[in-house]
Amino acid sequence: MSLPTAPQHPVAWQVQSAVRPSSEFVELVARSGAQDVGRCYQCRKCTNGCPLASEMDLKPNQVMRAVQLGLQQEVLGSRTIWICAACQTCTTRCPNDIDIAHTMDVLRQLCVRLGVTPAEPNVVRFHRLFLDSVRRHGRVFELGMIARYKLASGQLTTDMKLGWELFRRGKLNFLPDRITGTDEVRQIFKETMERTA
Amino acid sequence: MAAEYDQSIRAVCTALEVELAELPDWNCCGASSAHFLNDELALRLSARNVRIAQQHARDLLVPCAACFQRLKHAQKALRQMSRSTATGPINGTIDVLHVNDFFCRPEVLSRLRVRVVKPLSGLAGAPYYGCLSQRPPKVTDAPRPENPTGMDALMRIVGMTVCRWSYKTDCCGGSLAVARTDLVLKLTGDLLAAAVEAGAECIVTDCPMCQSNLDSRQAEIEAQQGKHYGLPVFYITELLALALGVGQPARWWAKHLVDPTPLLRTKGLC
Ligand code: SF4
Ligand code: SF4
Repeated sequence: MSLPTAPQHPVAWQVQSAVRPSSEFVELVARSGAQDVGRCYQCRKCTNGCPLASEMDLKPNQVMRAVQLGLQQEVLGSRTIWICAACQTCTTRCPNDIDIAHTMDVLRQLCVRLGVTPAEPNVVRFHRLFLDSVRRHGRVFELGMIARYKLASGQLTTDMKLGWELFRRGKLNFLPDRITGTDEVRQIFKETMERTA
Repeated sequence: MAAEYDQSIRAVCTALEVELAELPDWNCCGASSAHFLNDELALRLSARNVRIAQQHARDLLVPCAACFQRLKHAQKALRQMSRSTATGPINGTIDVLHVNDFFCRPEVLSRLRVRVVKPLSGLAGAPYYGCLSQRPPKVTDAPRPENPTGMDALMRIVGMTVCRWSYKTDCCGGSLAVARTDLVLKLTGDLLAAAVEAGAECIVTDCPMCQSNLDSRQAEIEAQQGKHYGLPVFYITELLALALGVGQPARWWAKHLVDPTPLLRTKGLC
């Protein structure tokens, strides 16, 4: 079993010689919600249509193969899973009806659950803070969320001008919009996030 | 964030005698962030909204493409779950519709057609659908996910010229805008260049995320590419309202980062 030849990626090279195929990881991925990865036959239609393939360390088709081969660290430590924008092009086009975009969700969730260091920590930070804003208010409080993201990521000065332009046009509210069902929303967070923690 | 979208949808619906009622106490569906980090959380956040709509026996008309896709996903999952358990009420029986799918229903289209008072003739736009109102079709039920035509039809009805381009459903980078702005600038930059090449004077969209990325990041892209685009990015409903002569378009234009008034002025539209 060999990985695609061109264009080659360093990760793909490294694993090529050392790999001992194992089905453990594919089973873990299946148990976690993506049952159909085994069906991939490397036609690469997913990668050809992926708008972000050029920025990824493992291409979508390589992710599928790496899962089949049991290359857990390579997959969960890849930039790909965090760079994927969930645009659903791959899922729409796969001739084997594999939900690749959802497989990416499952892999991101496994990365967090198994405590693997994410290759794109700021992306994870952003999603966590976005969700925390939903948990607190029931709706996203953009200004507060972005301020917290800036503190956490250290990107204090980026987008200051844009932020002002948006604020000036009334596109960023100064106060959060709260809902009366906040308790219900918090309960949903409690039940689902704690279970996977 | 997108008051101009909200207000223009309401204005168009009022003009078409379509009654809207805001979903009481709706919560954020969690967008990409929820399904990135927790499938069950994503489902339950959206399902809460579907349940509220069901309690009020109302269909859901959703303006945001991402919310639409998440709510539709939840509605189908709820229906599936209640089918597989023999007892209990059937859930997910209401319809979840994207705003454009609704406007494109034949009876709504014909109402629109007769109410146009100010045709937008001579205005050439590239219809931009983005990702989530279309994909994956298993969730969205989009009849032509690779080449949708609903917004094209709406633009023609109000007299616009529809530019043909192959980027209708390409991704703008969505939620990467904050953490990986560089990637959004790249994808969005490609879209702007392609729209201009297709002869577009503006981009027309029905997704708040796309509108925001294309409009608010345009200045940075121009600086990066050393080009001037100045391409206004309209919500389709802003243009429908303009053609129907309803709402307060001047207020909406003030919310855009790329000011659409110079273009509209040259067409005699403001
Ligand atoms: S499109 Fe489907 S079958 Fe083809 S390489 Fe991608 S995942 Fe595999
Ligand atoms: S969902 Fe992710 S992997 Fe699939 S085409 Fe879009 S960006 Fe690429």
